[in-house]
Amino acid sequence: MHIFEFIRPADSATAVATAAQAKTAQQGADVRFVAGGTTLLDLMKLNVETPARVLDINRLPLDKIEAIPDGGLKIGATVRNSDLAHHPAVQRDYPVLSQAILAGASAQLRNMATTAGNLLQRTRCMYFRDTAMPCNKREPGTGCPAITGSNRMLAVLGTSEHCIATNPSDMCVAMAALEATIHVQGPNGSRAIPIGDFHLLPGSTPDRETVLEPGDLITHVTLPAPVALSKQFYLKLRDRASYEFALASAAVVITLSGGKVTRARIALGGVGTKPWRSLEAEAALVGQDANAANFRKAAEAAMRDAKPQSENGFKIKLATLCLARALQIATTS
Amino acid sequence: MRDDPQSGSSNPNIVATVPITLRINGEDFELRLDSRTTLLDCIRETVALTGTKKGRDHGQCGACTVHVNGRRVNSCLSLALMHDGDEITTIEGLGTPDALHAMQAAFVACDGYQCGYCTSGQIMSGVALLKEPCGPDDAAVKELMSGNICRCGAYANIVAAIQQVRQDS
Repeated sequence: MHIFEFIRPADSATAVATAAQAKTAQQGADVRFVAGGTTLLDLMKLNVETPARVLDINRLPLDKIEAIPDGGLKIGATVRNSDLAHHPAVQRDYPVLSQAILAGASAQLRNMATTAGNLLQRTRCMYFRDTAMPCNKREPGTGCPAITGSNRMLAVLGTSEHCIATNPSDMCVAMAALEATIHVQGPNGSRAIPIGDFHLLPGSTPDRETVLEPGDLITHVTLPAPVALSKQFYLKLRDRASYEFALASAAVVITLSGGKVTRARIALGGVGTKPWRSLEAEAALVGQDANAANFRKAAEAAMRDAKPQSENGFKIKLATLCLARALQIATTS
Repeated sequence: MRDDPQSGSSNPNIVATVPITLRINGEDFELRLDSRTTLLDCIRETVALTGTKKGRDHGQCGACTVHVNGRRVNSCLSLALMHDGDEITTIEGLGTPDALHAMQAAFVACDGYQCGYCTSGQIMSGVALLKEPCGPDDAAVKELMSGNICRCGAYANIVAAIQQVRQDS
């Protein structure tokens, strides 16, 4: 690990001003915020992240979960994943979020990991994590050995010729289906970013993973008011039953009326380069009878543009069946 | 957190060691730490409480599990400097050889270990689990213990030990 200066900023404004001195907020940032540390410390030990300054934001007042006037929920940046998953309002109104968080990591890690940290969780691609290997995400222009190498765990949606790294988050998949908004305090004031616009596709710049700029501090996430009578479910498929990243997962928020789908919000995990909202599946469902054949058609629509690599073609069928099954469980529970 | 610069760093903003007080098992330790020191390395190497083990050192095995303010965490993925003012509990703070914690006694009674390397992490995790939302059956315990790997495969007896303590309490 490279040596760094450990700083505990007195308030958010100081944290923002200090972080604004960095050249980038993306891969290779020389200033990093730390909260749980579960991603950052891991990558610092690997020398994938080498910040010169680490700003501890754990003592800033960003750790509350509060109801907001529009009927939604405000979730502070440093709320621990375990506290979020077990919060009564989340379990009652946003069960898909609770299920997704509890499907990820371990109890210890969920006690550490935070809302904002999970939004910024980094890929598990082995080439990204190994500084002896080329990687366009870690060192732009060096190439992507995953495309011709070990890619069983990697993405089939949203890939480019430069990067096929999977976004590993479960929480973000549920938040995509819930249409969360991410609130950022930056050097030029505050702004709100819909989660669908927050993560970037790799394209030709896989080192840029989010829209965050130097100094941007995620302060909280808001969820819109719960949709009346919506049914929700998070289904995660993986190599072992617990403490493992998804091969494919699906978050479903669906509303039925008279046996027909009136509203659907669908997102997939484990298969995309970002948390993967599927407008295609949603469009295929709305107005249709809620039955297994239509669920399968919607799931096939979600995976229509999937691009298999040498070892991960199985994910296309797996994700199709995962989404169809999640829809079945959500609508019959 | 700043201190007088010392030799060994080319960046004048970066100091070699930082003073901190850490409260571990009810005792305050006045320490000077390299900023890179993980809570795990601080506990083992600086404070010399070696019951907490280092396995993967990347949050993948749970051998380093300790309690911070009563909650279980992976001490390998946390910086020691983040923990001034926190109540840290290690396996040494749980019981003594003459007065075992109920979970330690249950691990002995149920033979919940083989080589023993993961055991302190398993016990720290099991004790924290007692205060967490957890269903009554073995499957619920297994799910909440999945962050503690045992390469010997003593899982069945570990679950039995935890269930024994839950039933007795």
